[in-house]
Amino acid sequence: MNSANIVAVIDYGMGNLRSVSKALAHVAGSQQVVVTADPAVVAAAGRVVFPGQGAMPDCMRELDARGLRSAVLAAARDKPFLGICIGLQMLFAHSDEGDVAGLGVFSGEVRRFPDSQMFGADSQRLKVPHMGWNNVAQKPHSLWANITDAARFYFVHSYCVQPADTTLVAGVAEYGVPFTCAVARDNIFAVQFHPEKSARDGLQLLKNFVEWRP
Amino acid sequence: MLAKRIIPCLDVTAGRVVKGTNFVDLRDAGDPIEIARRYDEQGADEVTFLDITASSDQRDLILHIIEACAAQVFIPLTVGGGVRQVADVRRLLNAGADKVSMNTAAVLNPELIFDASSKVGSQCIVVAIDAKQIAPGKWHVFTHGGRNDTGLDALDWAKRVEMLGAGEILLTSMDRDGTKNGFDLALTRAVSDNVKIPVIASGGVGNLQHLADGITDGHADAVLAASIFHFGEYTVRQAKEFMVGCGIEVRL
Repeated sequence: MNSANIVAVIDYGMGNLRSVSKALAHVAGSQQVVVTADPAVVAAAGRVVFPGQGAMPDCMRELDARGLRSAVLAAARDKPFLGICIGLQMLFAHSDEGDVAGLGVFSGEVRRFPDSQMFGADSQRLKVPHMGWNNVAQKPHSLWANITDAARFYFVHSYCVQPADTTLVAGVAEYGVPFTCAVARDNIFAVQFHPEKSARDGLQLLKNFVEWRP
Repeated sequence: MLAKRIIPCLDVTAGRVVKGTNFVDLRDAGDPIEIARRYDEQGADEVTFLDITASSDQRDLILHIIEACAAQVFIPLTVGGGVRQVADVRRLLNAGADKVSMNTAAVLNPELIFDASSKVGSQCIVVAIDAKQIAPGKWHVFTHGGRNDTGLDALDWAKRVEMLGAGEILLTSMDRDGTKNGFDLALTRAVSDNVKIPVIASGGVGNLQHLADGITDGHADAVLAASIFHFGEYTVRQAKEFMVGCGIEVRL
């Protein structure tokens, strides 16, 4: 088996990775999708997907408990790397959720939706978590290929990232306030929404990722 | 802008989708995976499976159905019915569910909501509330498919499950379920305005206006329906186009 042909989905024990791996397998062509907790498999893989669900403090703890931190950081340096949901948030320096340090790949904060601004156009209260299909305004990036600007993706979250460097922003959504829902730098692309649950456009984004040559 | 969601619900027993009136008199509506795929193609925002199987030997069937569904249908999948402990939640999530809905077990043991949401995150935990009007403007929570009055006030219980960590409420009117007379809008609005988590309105949809009413008058974040979609009266796409006509933001 040629390791460079492997798409590694990092498994640190937080939540269900079946959806992510099935959706990737659906678009991966000849590449093989592997769900793994083995740092050596991550190191050898051609591409890495870093998902996450639940609370960020638990995710950070489990990542370290499984000795995967350095494998994730190494992959984020030079492999095509896709962060999803908490996998996006963990790339940042710090999260207000449980006041926990992230991996610090990007400087910036992860903050809860501001309670005081959670009102819709009709002044009806907006619910948190932000759950459902929302429009994503794209900044030019090859991972948006064949996806209409402002297409809707499926979100479930209560916290969002605030990059210190705004040139990282690759996508913006709006819920009470505009918020960064995709970031990109070099070999890294990371999204707050769930492409694996976002029907055709989500599958297209995953397809763009498995074909991506950053 | 966040879209309001339309969620077809599939009541599953013995590996088949069924639909009854007021929880009895079940009719066969087809193969769950086939139906879920059809709804995905029509633009459903999520799909909910409710396992209404009584016997435990048939219960494991739902796991196979979820596994098969998760491999083919790439929209969120909620599964409920017979969830009694955190291990059940994990089993369903591992099979491919995105959210797990609990009802009777949550009433009997509210700690389950806290334990489960602490373990897997609030976003995965839906609490289903079956409510029945006992006086004007007052509803009680019922369990066991609508047979047992718990004496709990539906609004108090909704507030409580939110505090315990539920990420969403699936609110069914027992008075309306299967009647095709529309949602209990007073109930829906009272609960939705009382909590900060999303509320799914359920029970009673007979036409597309009912769906729109659930959003505009009921203040629901999502609307759930079964029979109007199963028996081909309307497609999900038609429902969405109708809602657009009512000025409701949906994903088309």
